[in-house]
Amino acid sequence: MASHKSHHVKPVPTDQTAAELAHAHHDGSHGSVKSYLIGFILSVVLTAVPFAMTMMHLMPVATLIPVIIGIGVVQIVVHLVYFLHMNVSSSQVWNNAAFVVALIIVLILIVGTLWVMYHMNHNMMPGMMSVD
Amino acid sequence: MHPAKIYPENLLTGKLGIDSVPWHEPIIMVAGAGMVGGAILVLGLITYFKQWKYLWTEWLTSVDHKKIGAMYIILALIMLLRGFADALMMRTQQALASGGGHGYLPPEHFDQIFTAHGVIMIFFMAMPFVVGLMNIVMPLQIGARDVAFPYLNSMSFWLTAAGAILVNVSLVVGEFAHTGWLAYPPLSELSYSPGVGVDYYLWALQISGLGTLLSGVNLVTTIFKMRAPGMTLMRMPIFTWTTLAANILIIAAFPILTVTLAMLGLDRYFGMHFFTNEAGGNPMMYVNLIWAWGHPEVYILVLPAFGIFSEVVPTFSGKRLFGYDGMVYATMCICLLSFVVWLHHFFTMGAGANVNAFFGITTMIISIPTGVKIFNWLFTMFRGRVRFEVPMLWTTGFIITFVIGGMTGVLMAVPGADFVLHNSVFLIAHFHNVIIGGVVFACIAGLNYWFPKAFGFRLHAGLGKVSFWCWLVGFYIAFMPLYALGLMGMTRRLDYMNNPVWHVYLIVAMVGALIIFAGIIAQVAQIAYSIWKRDELRDVTGDPWDARTLEWATSSPPPFYNFAVVPEIGNHDAFWDAKQRGQGHPRPKTYEPIHMPRNTPTGLLIGLVSVGLGFGLVWHIWWMAGGALLVMIGLGIVHTFNEDRDYYVQPEEVKAIEDAYFARLQAANKKDAA
Amino acid sequence: MSSISGPIDGLKKELDSAYDHNPHDHHHAGDHHDEGPKVTLGFWIYLMSDCILFASVFAGYAVLKDGTAGGPNGRELFDLPYVAVETALLLISSLTYGLAMISMEANKLKGTIGWLVLTALCGLGFMGMEIHEFAKLIAEGNGPNRSAFLSGFFTLVGTHGLHVTSGLIWMGAMFVHLFKRGLTPQNRIRLMCLSLFWHFLDIIWIGVFTIVYLMGAA
Repeated sequence: MASHKSHHVKPVPTDQTAAELAHAHHDGSHGSVKSYLIGFILSVVLTAVPFAMTMMHLMPVATLIPVIIGIGVVQIVVHLVYFLHMNVSSSQVWNNAAFVVALIIVLILIVGTLWVMYHMNHNMMPGMMSVD
Repeated sequence: MHPAKIYPENLLTGKLGIDSVPWHEPIIMVAGAGMVGGAILVLGLITYFKQWKYLWTEWLTSVDHKKIGAMYIILALIMLLRGFADALMMRTQQALASGGGHGYLPPEHFDQIFTAHGVIMIFFMAMPFVVGLMNIVMPLQIGARDVAFPYLNSMSFWLTAAGAILVNVSLVVGEFAHTGWLAYPPLSELSYSPGVGVDYYLWALQISGLGTLLSGVNLVTTIFKMRAPGMTLMRMPIFTWTTLAANILIIAAFPILTVTLAMLGLDRYFGMHFFTNEAGGNPMMYVNLIWAWGHPEVYILVLPAFGIFSEVVPTFSGKRLFGYDGMVYATMCICLLSFVVWLHHFFTMGAGANVNAFFGITTMIISIPTGVKIFNWLFTMFRGRVRFEVPMLWTTGFIITFVIGGMTGVLMAVPGADFVLHNSVFLIAHFHNVIIGGVVFACIAGLNYWFPKAFGFRLHAGLGKVSFWCWLVGFYIAFMPLYALGLMGMTRRLDYMNNPVWHVYLIVAMVGALIIFAGIIAQVAQIAYSIWKRDELRDVTGDPWDARTLEWATSSPPPFYNFAVVPEIGNHDAFWDAKQRGQGHPRPKTYEPIHMPRNTPTGLLIGLVSVGLGFGLVWHIWWMAGGALLVMIGLGIVHTFNEDRDYYVQPEEVKAIEDAYFARLQAANKKDAA
Repeated sequence: MSSISGPIDGLKKELDSAYDHNPHDHHHAGDHHDEGPKVTLGFWIYLMSDCILFASVFAGYAVLKDGTAGGPNGRELFDLPYVAVETALLLISSLTYGLAMISMEANKLKGTIGWLVLTALCGLGFMGMEIHEFAKLIAEGNGPNRSAFLSGFFTLVGTHGLHVTSGLIWMGAMFVHLFKRGLTPQNRIRLMCLSLFWHFLDIIWIGVFTIVYLMGAA
């Protein structure tokens, strides 16, 4: 939908082939100044808050860590939407599919490695486990 | 036998000196002389027959996917000879060194041989072979005129070749790793492997790994974006599906290898502590990470193999593939599951019962979709009119052999059993059973099947059958004794065994290896003889096997643009379907201009310079490494300024080529009728 | 068969119909106009593999972060205000790159180059700060060979830095392309890919400052 609208709103570039090209491949989803600014402001807030929380020791570490990880994930989503213009339009189906596959592999790799290595260290190198 | 001498570093030649070449090692010198002599002979012949220009314009700088694929396969066949020579040396050494003698290979040399055998066979034989077949066949199967990024494709190949060159240079200049094909630390750390062997290993794999990754990106994009109109995902031939799956795995798994090897490199070059015993490092993390790549790698090799069999079986059974949908889902299931089984390679490392149980169960689950495939092939053959041509022989050999290998694998998926069998020669027998029985058999089946498509003439069937029977019989004689030896407690990588009971088994295994050797000779003879008799073996129709998929709808070899008119697809056996309707070779009235990429030497040059990069890094010749890196980046950037990358083939030229093909077709039809 | 695999069939149809939207269907194979989507998709797929590359480095760091071997840990080493400035530079560069893309969309060559210059300056500033941080740590005897934790730290942050450096080299080449030929279709595709790359690196940096610096200093 949005793509068709932007097609009409945008000034018609002089270079016809270039215009065709830009529209053919991502449905004009380069975003607008407004969307970049929204993304930027959100990002600034989402960066400042965890820095402040950590620097001012606002909460115990056990609470702080999940909170800043959560904020980090939110900020990643903000970047994906406002800067990388990911959306669910049909022209992006392969981009999204590739993204989902990568996400699955990243999770398997990081969670799996931590799980395996934790147990391995626990069993094989108990002296070297961190005290806390 | 001493490891090659390492000089104190100097600015000009790094650690390299005149004694870096092991002059006093007769075996290495003979092998090296053979290699250098062979290279000089080939270069000399090319010069004598004035073929440099042809070679340069038609092959070395080519961006045509068919030619790049053929070069991958030539590389794979050469590396098969090298890797097999290593295998033969190991078999003879173990046979000699178990009956009271000590054999002829000292430990340092034996260690390098088993490392080189593994590295070469996986990275420079099996990988180029499957990537080569994917390159030749997949674009034809989807009705495309080339891959998505033809220049990148050429660069991928030359980076792979550069890795292979580095491994072979290590035979003569310096040494190769003594560590086994995965170079586990702490053995591969600087404190225990101070020589250049591990560095050769690291840089050969990093450079070729980059090529593999880029090729993966390229082929996946090709499948997503360049299918002929009407070819929906569920109409793609199974080989294309498995190509997609394997390349998704390449994209997802090879970065893990890159990082793991880079970390080992940082330990060795900058004194870091990722995998060292001291300063908080953790060697077990290397094992964990490298298998997170290593298990998907197994499926990167075997999924395309399954794809090849899925093309061969319906063609030679004269039937549609049984359970196409099931085949697709099984492929994609294996693709995902292959990422959650990696710990079964190190059950014994001590992650504990819960972790082992999880990975044991996932490993057993992955055998289910594999079983589905076996049944699909069997049901395709069932009540079909099976023609036992050479590719089909390899396929039947595969089905039996692979099932045995698969079952021994499921056996070792039980963690308790694995504690007995881990790192025994039972494991060696198992993975050779699946890799030879699966991947190698598939590659040779694919070679026999698609050779006429790529080169325009068939491979001689008689010699092909000799080769098959030698391989099959030789395989069983070589590897069945290893199962028994493994159960008796023989571990892998032994260069000397003081156990007379094992002796006879190892003799039998050596005889098996010799029979396989006969098979390889028959293979080489088959290719040579077929080239000699190519006019008798000519494939004029482009469809020598009465096959079903789109690659057979064009001439053999296909014109450089593959299809004069891009076909419309309405069925997953597209070509068969068209033949049934009597429209196998529709003759268009007019032709349109065809958009094609131009050749470029950039990929070749970047690949060649990367040999210098690797060599400089191995020997700490920093000016050479730095210079090579700058040249590579420079070449890449300069290439972006070349805007003259493509052109249009004019309709007249297309018409001339197509008219000649139709004339040949008509002549062949008349001959058939008469 | 379809009755057995109902839900999967649905997915199949969806994938198939997604294919029907592919502009490739309407043009013929190998047509010039296909370059753009092909290149951006290929580059996106490469980025996904880069993502997995970073995931492996993150995994390595996470496993080794307690391996300080008697050396300093993150709490003693990290200077959060300094990292906040680095973060700000990258974030601003993401915004300026976005504005460069908007100028490109509006066919303004000067605007595009201007915003790109600002982006490159932010990137250079970031790299300068990172190199300074590394040099300081090494001078204090806390280099990457001090402990496994520091090996992981230098490698993770350095891998990101190496990517930013390649982005800057690319930007350098991009300037030459833009001066020589202006906003040609080719250059638009290149700007689009570089944009993906640059924003992607900013996303990786979110992971770095959260997991390495903030969690390390907490």
